[in-house]
Amino acid sequence: MNGGTHASVMGNRKNKAVVETVAQIVFTICAFFAVLAVVSITLYMIISGTPAILKVGLGEILFGTEWMPTAADPKFGILWVILTSIVGTTLAILLGVPIGVLTAVFLAEVAPKPLAAIVKPAVELLAGIPSVIYGLLGIYLLNPLMYKLERLIFQGSTTHQFTGGANLLSAVIVLAIMILPTVINISETSIRAVPAGIKSSSLALGASHVQTIFRSILPAAKSGIVTAIVLGVGRAIGEAMAITLVSGSSVNVPLPFNSVRFLTTAIVSEMGYSSGLHRQVLFTIGLVLFVFIMIINVVLNKILKKGADDNE
Amino acid sequence: MANSKITVENLNLHYGENHALKDVNMEIADHAITAFIGPSGCGKSTFLRCLNRMNDLVDGCRVEGKVILDGEDIYDKRVDTTLLRKKVGMVFQQPNPFPMSIYDNIAYGPRLHGIKNKKELDEIVERSLQGAAIFEEVKDRLHKSALGLSGGQQQRLCIARALAVSPEVLLMDEPTSALDPISTLKIEELMETLKKKYTVVIVTHNMQQAARVSDDTAFFLVGEVVEKNATSEIFARPQDKRTEDYITGRFG
Amino acid sequence: MNKDTLYVKRKRPTDMLLLAAIYISATLAVALLLGIILYVFIKGIRTVNWAFLTTVTSARKQTTGIAGNLLNTLYIIVITLLIATPIGVGSAIYLNEYAKPGKLVSIIEFTTETLSGIPSIIFGLFGMIFFGETLGFGYSLLTGSFTLTLMVLPLITRNTQEALRTVPDSYRTGALGMGSTKWHMIRTILLPSSMPGIVTGIILALGRIVGESAALLFTAGSDYKLPKFTGAFGDNLAKLAHKALESGGTLTIELYLQMQKGQYDNAFGIGCVLIIIVLILNLLTKLAANKLRRE
Repeated sequence: MNGGTHASVMGNRKNKAVVETVAQIVFTICAFFAVLAVVSITLYMIISGTPAILKVGLGEILFGTEWMPTAADPKFGILWVILTSIVGTTLAILLGVPIGVLTAVFLAEVAPKPLAAIVKPAVELLAGIPSVIYGLLGIYLLNPLMYKLERLIFQGSTTHQFTGGANLLSAVIVLAIMILPTVINISETSIRAVPAGIKSSSLALGASHVQTIFRSILPAAKSGIVTAIVLGVGRAIGEAMAITLVSGSSVNVPLPFNSVRFLTTAIVSEMGYSSGLHRQVLFTIGLVLFVFIMIINVVLNKILKKGADDNE
Repeated sequence: MANSKITVENLNLHYGENHALKDVNMEIADHAITAFIGPSGCGKSTFLRCLNRMNDLVDGCRVEGKVILDGEDIYDKRVDTTLLRKKVGMVFQQPNPFPMSIYDNIAYGPRLHGIKNKKELDEIVERSLQGAAIFEEVKDRLHKSALGLSGGQQQRLCIARALAVSPEVLLMDEPTSALDPISTLKIEELMETLKKKYTVVIVTHNMQQAARVSDDTAFFLVGEVVEKNATSEIFARPQDKRTEDYITGRFG
Repeated sequence: MNKDTLYVKRKRPTDMLLLAAIYISATLAVALLLGIILYVFIKGIRTVNWAFLTTVTSARKQTTGIAGNLLNTLYIIVITLLIATPIGVGSAIYLNEYAKPGKLVSIIEFTTETLSGIPSIIFGLFGMIFFGETLGFGYSLLTGSFTLTLMVLPLITRNTQEALRTVPDSYRTGALGMGSTKWHMIRTILLPSSMPGIVTGIILALGRIVGESAALLFTAGSDYKLPKFTGAFGDNLAKLAHKALESGGTLTIELYLQMQKGQYDNAFGIGCVLIIIVLILNLLTKLAANKLRRE
């Protein structure tokens, strides 16, 4: 730089300072985008979910058991819908989590390395399969199977409403399969993260390999496995498209062979043609789902924080 | 030796291509403390792990030769390794309590071996903690997490945990190398009392420790036992030039 | 023989039982998951041919095809990523390079976490009323893209953050010590070295967009036609651009509609196309991740 640049160095510095400030501001705005998104989603869910509550009454909606949204004297009770989501998710977790965790144990502890190296990417791949594909297989393969089972079980029954296989049980199986990749991946990671000393200590005390897995490794991987379960709950309770057609189409008591509506599937199947109060109630259903999800998120956050603290 | 607990005959160990232990022969005395010393990588820890077959867990590890414990070869096909490890306990370099309560840590082993009775377990827990000289410090917090203890306490907890399955031999792999001097002292004192009931084998990279606590000392170098003798002898009159070099701090 | 002999193998029925459970579960899980991929692929591949990919379903022309849906999918991918990538990367830079650990950061990280936990149907409802009704974009590819932007944002932020964390601090201090400004350092040092992480995030986001359906049903709608391209280039371009403001169903939406109608051959055909796309994206992620690990 030559003699005349004194001023331009100053100018340059000023320019640079401006660029620096602008860059920082832009990045800060970007970071707040997520906050903004969550806040607006929360607000909008509340704003659009409450009118129906005010009109119909909270108790009427949450604890009503009659769903006749298009009748002359419409009824908007979503108790069965809420219970279906809870029961369906619980059953899917009860079915999927043990299989998922045991598969994770297999991959991390039992399987020969080359086999685990093949299976693991396959499981990861499945986490990316679109949910409509699970739905497609559900309706094409699972429902006919369930129908056979249904006819076998309710042979001669005069009270059972036949569903053609589109029932709670089908949806539960689809959901259980869908949460498998999540449960397997996260559990496996947390099992592998258990310090090697835990395993050798247990073996050195005369534990067999299986005893070591179930008495020391899994307890040590507890927080990861709980995380996997909570994420699985989130995925199952929020899933819509995979089970909309598989679970049937009527609001009903959540029994295995009943055609049922979940919180999510009620929205998907009725939003298209609903209007007025009916539409507003669907938003209330959305709000209920949103509340569930928020609770799950807070629980998850607590677990992760606790896990981090334990490791310190 | 009439009172030897373990007799090792022609032990060879390979990790894949690596010949890690070469023709080791050794008698380990009953109710005494035997120390293994040597520079790092000399095979002393590997040899220790042969005595309870922990090397079985390492991929590509082959062991030949005999390790005779009370007249039975522990590498015999008929041996149940869980019974062996119950009889030959082990304490590791890093204190590694299970992430559960102090009580459950100690009761872990006895429960594995079928003890369910609450009163019996209570007794074992108290006896083991006392045996590891830590009972007084933890008796009011038996049901708190073991991870809340200090490093030195954790290591004594691990010793107590090993004692809880009533072993006959206690293998200790550099048990104090991760600890502060005061905790080290406590554990060294503890070893003195342990040898009255158990056969203790300790690996240490700290020669002074070997000299302080052990009755016999074996010096390892690149997978071979250079010399083994009574500790007083080996430090006062080393027979081998290499032992002398190591003891006088010329390498290692 | 003494009674303490080691020469007895202990029998452990519980162990055998548990081990059996492990093997059965693993076999079941793997068989199910692989079975799903193979079944859809084999059943769908029969439907997939050149005409299926390049024409639009039309009763008059007697064609069945998903060209329109492919275009819509591509459209949504491009718009979503164009918006989400800069924001996601910027957010990660703020969190890693500017913010000091504290309440603010934990709030941003908590909301990012929350955002990734919100189910797509909720995004769909929000997108429909906010972008569709409040902002007036109606059922359009744009509404769909805006909605998906919110969904994929956490993926890009998180992966960029992870990549930024792997850049050694010495790079930063080195550049800053040589008199480079922070922005200059970010642009010339940090972003290039965390590129594989950013790319991983983008590919994962792509996968999410391709597989998404519930968030699009009420935002982007379900139209499956192509714009009527007629002669003039400028005219075609204008039509293509205007498409963003029109309704358009992606592959997944079309799959859903086809199975609703019971047209299973078409549904499996689309499923097969989707699985191939997911497979390719998966390979790309692996490549990017390997690159990141090597650096």
